[in-house]
Amino acid sequence: MGTKLIILLVIVLGAIAIAQLARVYELSNKLLDRKEHEISNRDNIINARLMLLFGILFFVGVIYLFVHYGWAGRGDAATPHGRELDWLMNINLIIITAIFFLTNGLLFYFGYKHVKKPGVKALYYPHNNKLELLWTVVPAIVLAVIIILGLRSWNSITGDADKEAIRLELFSKQFDWTARYAGLDNQLGNFDYKLTTDKNELALLTTNTIDSAIFVMQSGPSGIDSLEAKLNNRKLVMVPEDREKMETDLSRKTRLIRLLHQMKARHNAKLDAAAWDDIIQKDTLYLCTNKEYEMNFRSKDVIHSAHFPYFRAQMNTVPGLTTRFKFTPDVTTKQMRDRMGDPKFNYVLLCNKICGGSHYKMKMIVVVLGEKEYKKWYEAKQLATFKNSFFGAPVTETVTPAAASDTLAVMADTLTLVKK
Amino acid sequence: MGAVAHDAHGHHDSHAHHDDHGHHEENFVSKYIFSQDHKMISKQFLMTAIFMGFLAMLLSILFRIQLAWPGESSNFLSFFLGETWAPGGILKEDMYLGLVTIHGTIMVFFLLTGGLSGTFSNLLIPLQLGARDMASGFLNMLSYWFFFLSTIIMLVSLFVESGPAMAGWTVYPPLSALPQAVSGSGTGMTLWLVSMSIFIVSSLLGSLNYIVTVLNLRTKGMSMTKMPLTIWAFFITAVLGVLSFPVLLSAALLLLMDRLAGTSFYLSDIIVGGEMLTNHGGSPILYQHLFWFLGHPEVYIVLLPALGLSSEIISTNSRKPIFGYRAMIGSMLAIGFLSFIVWAHHMFITGMNPFLGSVFVFTTLLIAIPSAVKVFNYLTTLWKGSIVYTPAMLFAIGLVSTFITGGVTGIILADAALDIAVHDTMFVVAHFHVVMGLSAVFGMFAGVYHWFPKMYGRVMNNRLGYIHFWLTIISGYGVFFPMHFVGISGAPRRYYDYSVYGEFDTDAFNVIMDLNVIITIFAIIGSFAQLLFLFNFFYSIFRGPKAPQNPWNGTTLEWTTPVEHIHGNWPGELPTVHRWPYDYSKPGSDVDFIPQTTPMAEGEEEH
Repeated sequence: MGTKLIILLVIVLGAIAIAQLARVYELSNKLLDRKEHEISNRDNIINARLMLLFGILFFVGVIYLFVHYGWAGRGDAATPHGRELDWLMNINLIIITAIFFLTNGLLFYFGYKHVKKPGVKALYYPHNNKLELLWTVVPAIVLAVIIILGLRSWNSITGDADKEAIRLELFSKQFDWTARYAGLDNQLGNFDYKLTTDKNELALLTTNTIDSAIFVMQSGPSGIDSLEAKLNNRKLVMVPEDREKMETDLSRKTRLIRLLHQMKARHNAKLDAAAWDDIIQKDTLYLCTNKEYEMNFRSKDVIHSAHFPYFRAQMNTVPGLTTRFKFTPDVTTKQMRDRMGDPKFNYVLLCNKICGGSHYKMKMIVVVLGEKEYKKWYEAKQLATFKNSFFGAPVTETVTPAAASDTLAVMADTLTLVKK
Repeated sequence: MGAVAHDAHGHHDSHAHHDDHGHHEENFVSKYIFSQDHKMISKQFLMTAIFMGFLAMLLSILFRIQLAWPGESSNFLSFFLGETWAPGGILKEDMYLGLVTIHGTIMVFFLLTGGLSGTFSNLLIPLQLGARDMASGFLNMLSYWFFFLSTIIMLVSLFVESGPAMAGWTVYPPLSALPQAVSGSGTGMTLWLVSMSIFIVSSLLGSLNYIVTVLNLRTKGMSMTKMPLTIWAFFITAVLGVLSFPVLLSAALLLLMDRLAGTSFYLSDIIVGGEMLTNHGGSPILYQHLFWFLGHPEVYIVLLPALGLSSEIISTNSRKPIFGYRAMIGSMLAIGFLSFIVWAHHMFITGMNPFLGSVFVFTTLLIAIPSAVKVFNYLTTLWKGSIVYTPAMLFAIGLVSTFITGGVTGIILADAALDIAVHDTMFVVAHFHVVMGLSAVFGMFAGVYHWFPKMYGRVMNNRLGYIHFWLTIISGYGVFFPMHFVGISGAPRRYYDYSVYGEFDTDAFNVIMDLNVIITIFAIIGSFAQLLFLFNFFYSIFRGPKAPQNPWNGTTLEWTTPVEHIHGNWPGELPTVHRWPYDYSKPGSDVDFIPQTTPMAEGEEEH
């Protein structure tokens, strides 16, 4: 409190001091018969020189920033399209920096050169069609070049991914990312948000997940049955607000369960397999070098944006919509670490669309592995299928391929049992 | 027909006013509060805008402190935010987003739309056209009071228990639609939407009035091609506002319905805070289309008045006609038209069809052509001029500089392919703060210094004005130039704490953290510089030296009115216009300016 008072006091005293200074200035103006609206020669010249000085210092500052920080934080791109974009970015930067220096330079120079000189009249020069045509046509040509180059890259980057490309899903929610690998069939299973349960966080669509979602919604801890029981229990005393809340909750769930039953009736069990073999991966995203990926993005709650700075890749994730972006990482994490001399370096997937308080913490480490290492990692993951996790089957990450195939056979049996 | 009838009516009306003038005494309320006089309304807009501008600047300093020294306790923060939002002097994550959101909203809408256009359209349209007042003084008054009401509601939202809106100034749903997603999307967001809806009403009333006045109440001889560029700028701005703000209103109303009435315009398949919503079939992208259909023209609603003011000021203080008067009008019209077909360049990576993206790349980059024309015309106007450095002139030149600097980085962002890497990074923040923030604020300062004698009959202090300008441009560039490099490093905007980079990328971490400190220091210097302005402004209102009728030797009509404000502007007949407004240093004339009211001499050629 004491410091605040002192600060306040200083501010008040400062204001009084300024007021006094102003009064002195006012009086001296009156004595000298100086008129505020008539700018003296001296003031003109000082400002003209400051124009030049500022222009020079500004340019020096800009050059310093370019040299010192221009490319330092960006780093090398780790995808072929990223390098193409960097090339394009540099071309554009050269063009715009040239324009920037030219026009700003002229501005500050004219500001210096053409300051009022007593006795010299300004040139009456209202227009010149040739000049105006010149600076319409030249920018148009430069822009045409920029547009053509830009659209060429844009079209190739946003085109459809190769049929062979690895399908991968990135699922976003407040405030983390989850990856889903498509499994051996390279086909991502279908999903529907209504199927979300604790055991099925990504809401994948299979016969069993529908059943389980219906079960949870009907008989789970805060399912329809329990809500109805509570609302009908006369002995239970509730605040009106709570009751109202419970009632809306119930009507919401009744509506959702009807949709789930419809889903069940329409469901084609043949599609289950595509979802069962999907592999869900949290915390770290492992990618294989030199493989094209088609990233499919989903969101559970609000809009997020999948931003891979080093891959020069970014796409929003939108609830109710699947968005896509393709890229081919071709520099492994290890290579990049060596190149940067930073053993702690990691690629990262950031969230780049405001999504709530912890927006800034929403990230996933991305590791690009060489082909051999990736194969090893991937094989070790083979048992971590959605099916295994859904049914709670034991998942051992370090199994020999032989053991893995045994377990797969067992899983196949369970699958047929489930179907019956 | 209608126009003619209205014109006649207007003249009749204004004469009636004039005759009245001596007789009726105005009381305090009708003169200073519920005034229908355009000059008073203009001052009301300016005062409100200055207050809001300083508030928004304070908010920005609060979050800049957090960005430069994340996690460090600050007395400054705890002083303003208290224990609720800055426990122990450390800003809360949610409030960080709240500060960012309200800073953006106030700056864009309340300072640069309401403040800039509201102040100067109101002041200059009747004065420079030779009209007694706006077409409808009553609607004009309503326009201000709706504006005032909306500012009050926006201010109230800062004090709501769950915090102000926190979804960024663009308030994209679903974040803004779901109170479970962030605390500010509760009452704070409802108030934000209500405030903006009222703001839009104010803006529409104002704009319609400006358009009608410009079309109908020009004095004798004032053809459209004899209007000062300021009026052209205000006119085009008003047209843009009328065409685009209703779309924002619809976007806001649909969002309100999603929030309060359970509709699904923007919502589909959402689980938030453990609650599975039944909304299905809506599209968050629809909101973005609606928002940016206003949002992009909005950029020019902010910028065009500033460019108009600076055209006038640069010409006057270079003692030269503005170069390429018709090209200037043409390029403003072109910018205005193009601004309606570029909105989706804000949405290249939302999942919108890439082909659609290419179309918007094309239209967006086209805007660079009229913008370039304007810049070169400004440069040619300065060339071989006889520049008088009033503070207004300094700010006008500063505007040209920031317009260039911010304009060229727009070329990068408009290029969809390049946008992938810098979209939503600090690069974008840097870009629009330079091109829209600094330019428009410079334009506004230029306008205040230049037309202060017209508003208050006094002149502001030059020395303080000079210091204000130099500190402002140095700190303005000091804040926003380094920010481009933060963005090129890939740093996302609206991050509460960039030190998270330390976990995975030392190089980027160093660049971002270094620059963030520099940026914050310049921001603090810059805001102190604004205190100089504040002092100068209020001091000069009461004690500044009295201004003569035409302090800057201008040619336009506002300098033919008496210094003391009178109802109806001109004591006698309305002036008649004989020439364009830029006859500075015309050969064959003894003085270096010929007012618009001077008849053409025999044998004198038009420009």
